Amino acid sequence: MNGMALIIGAAFVFGLGALCVLLWTLGSGQYDDLQGDAERILIDDEEDRPDAAG
Amino acid sequence: MGALIFPESHLHGDDDLSRFVRREQSQSSFGIAVRGAHCANCIAKIESGVRGISGVANARLNLSTGKLEVTWKGDAVSAAQVIARVRALGYDAQPFDAAQSQDADAGEQTFLLRCLAVAGFGTVFVMGLTDAVWYGGAEMSAATRNLFFWLAGAVSLPVTLFASQPFFRSAFQSLAKRQTNMDVPISLAIALSLGLSLYQTMVHGTQIYFDAAVMLAFLLLIGRYLDFLLRDRARGAARQLLAMQAEPARRFKPNGNLETVAAREIVPGDRVFLTSGERVPADGTLEDKDCLIDVSLVTGETEPVAISHGGALHAGTIILGKPVTLAVAARVEDSLVADLARLLEAGQQTRSLYVRLADRAARAYVPFVTALAALVFASWLWTGATFVTALTGAITVLVITCPCALGLAVPAVQIVATGRLFRRGIFVKSGDALERLAEIDTAVFDKTGTLTWGTPQLVNSDQIPRDILDAAASLARASRHPLARALAAFAGEGPVAQGVRETAGAGLEADMHGMTLKLGSARWCGLDVRGSTSELWFRPGHEAPVRLEFRDRMRPDTAAMLAALRERGIDVEMLTGDREAPAAEIAAEADITQWQAAADPKTKAARMQTLRAQGRRALMVGDGLNDAAALALAHVSIAPGSAVDVSQLAADMVLRGDSLMPIVEAVDVARKARSLVLENFGMAAIYNLIAIPVAALGFVSPLIAAASMAASSLVVTLNALRLARGGQR
Repeated sequence: MNGMALIIGAAFVFGLGALCVLLWTLGSGQYDDLQGDAERILIDDEEDRPDAAG
Repeated sequence: MGALIFPESHLHGDDDLSRFVRREQSQSSFGIAVRGAHCANCIAKIESGVRGISGVANARLNLSTGKLEVTWKGDAVSAAQVIARVRALGYDAQPFDAAQSQDADAGEQTFLLRCLAVAGFGTVFVMGLTDAVWYGGAEMSAATRNLFFWLAGAVSLPVTLFASQPFFRSAFQSLAKRQTNMDVPISLAIALSLGLSLYQTMVHGTQIYFDAAVMLAFLLLIGRYLDFLLRDRARGAARQLLAMQAEPARRFKPNGNLETVAAREIVPGDRVFLTSGERVPADGTLEDKDCLIDVSLVTGETEPVAISHGGALHAGTIILGKPVTLAVAARVEDSLVADLARLLEAGQQTRSLYVRLADRAARAYVPFVTALAALVFASWLWTGATFVTALTGAITVLVITCPCALGLAVPAVQIVATGRLFRRGIFVKSGDALERLAEIDTAVFDKTGTLTWGTPQLVNSDQIPRDILDAAASLARASRHPLARALAAFAGEGPVAQGVRETAGAGLEADMHGMTLKLGSARWCGLDVRGSTSELWFRPGHEAPVRLEFRDRMRPDTAAMLAALRERGIDVEMLTGDREAPAAEIAAEADITQWQAAADPKTKAARMQTLRAQGRRALMVGDGLNDAAALALAHVSIAPGSAVDVSQLAADMVLRGDSLMPIVEAVDVARKARSLVLENFGMAAIYNLIAIPVAALGFVSPLIAAASMAASSLVVTLNALRLARGGQR
């Protein structure tokens, strides 16, 4: 019985945690521009290049 | 696109745009609708370009919506400066009217996603608990079973009530209007199954539907979200038109200087300066001696029209040749374009009367199911069962017949169908457009720009030596005149002659290899003949001039497309604003027997109404301003990608690319989608025929209810996906 309570409790907490993360991503606008985000990975940020300083 | 790109100087110090800037404390933010950005390069170019303006704090472009958000401190930057920079980078930019409606839409989308996420979490967790009981309940003690039910209830009650808000709201709104829609039985089923399950948990019963209720909400929310995505596309088009109304015009100030204002601010008495290629913003008269205008967008006439001093210039026509001054005679709202806008609105109202298939099914379905539940309740009582048993029986019927097939299957089919058409170059703006397209029996086509290219094409190229053509084209590339552009397009890429001089309204000349090349009207090339407006003459040095003839031509796949439509039992008609002779020529070439020439926008709209009154379902395909009202009034409409913005807005679907064949594919997919939807309804009916008697007699266990609900949803979704597979062949 104790084991079961632990498992159910853990399942609930993990599930709720995942739900909270999803709702946070929604709220912070991470799905607002899927097309743009897909393209942005192709933009080189010059500061990130090791030789940018030299 | 038709919008014009102005040099930076025209917008500097133009404070008119300040009303588009939002201020929060010391922070100013400004939204710009950017057109033409498609890739990572564009993002980088625009963002770094705008950030390069000194004072700009941040700039971020949303590629999906085309909105560039720029922020700065206080008054460090002017809005006009930002717009000018984006335009200088080669993109069309308009201030984004603080469109609150868009923010509301975005809010609704996030809300639906939130509900969907919560329902998804609840479904998994509650099913874990209840399925344990359904499968292993025999090995559990009664206390454990009851604990599981209580836990399931504790999670599914708040989760389901939160996630079902879209259904509850819609059902309530519908009932307030004394109507019923699909959401009424859905809400009833969700609420009653939760209530019944709670009661059964308290009395240690077994009719627990917590998992069924939350799963029902989850599956139906998927359908609701897909439906929202489809509707959202249609609204995107409306937003673009609003942005277009900010199109600028150049007006003379009393001191003779030019100022740039928004077209809608132009009033009668104003004098507006228009250069070649600009669109006339409001009705008025010509102040100059004469000019040539392109009226094809307004009337469908292909040949340029000559206007003399004092002649009427209608809004929407395009100036060719030399710059002119327009004396504005009517407000923008009273101009021809505004008339069209009113016709358009009337058409859209007619169309909103269309009842979607799912709603038609719901109208028949709701009374039937509610009556059935009542009948079951009464029958149980009559046979001497307890009140609780009778109520349980009635609720089971409501739960098990809940219209999953209507709520999920229709949007699923429509999103698969629109996705397939999108890959084939057809942009479908709403789900019910497909339903309407499946019903058509008549197709009405505009001529200019739809069946034909809408731009002049060189027709006597086989009579002209190639080297002459190339020499003429090297001059033509330097000009924006439509015939010169047509010649340049025909010749393809090549060199531009050095030092080309253009005399507006006459022609071009350049010196090459010690002789003067001339391209232009007959008189320009030294001929004393009355030339027509659909020809160019080319004269190298003192040799005899060569005549280049231009005519609007049929698109290459027009005939095949019309034949394919006839094969599908659709009558074809042509309705054009062009004159009798060119219309007859194209009609003969396209083998169209039913046609009408010299039709103005009102005649076109009236024809649509006549067809409707005759009980015919007509598809309208057109591109011009003159087609907009007909497009809106037709049962369903398609605009080619080259169409003016207003027509693209009025049409249900927009073609990308030059081919017309996608129209045939659209009809096929629409008909296939319709039969799939009906198939899904049929499957739902069969499922209900079996499930209802079983439920009514009380043989349904909650496990069977939940499993059959999931299975029926899966079946209709898989059935919808068959449409996507067809597209890949």
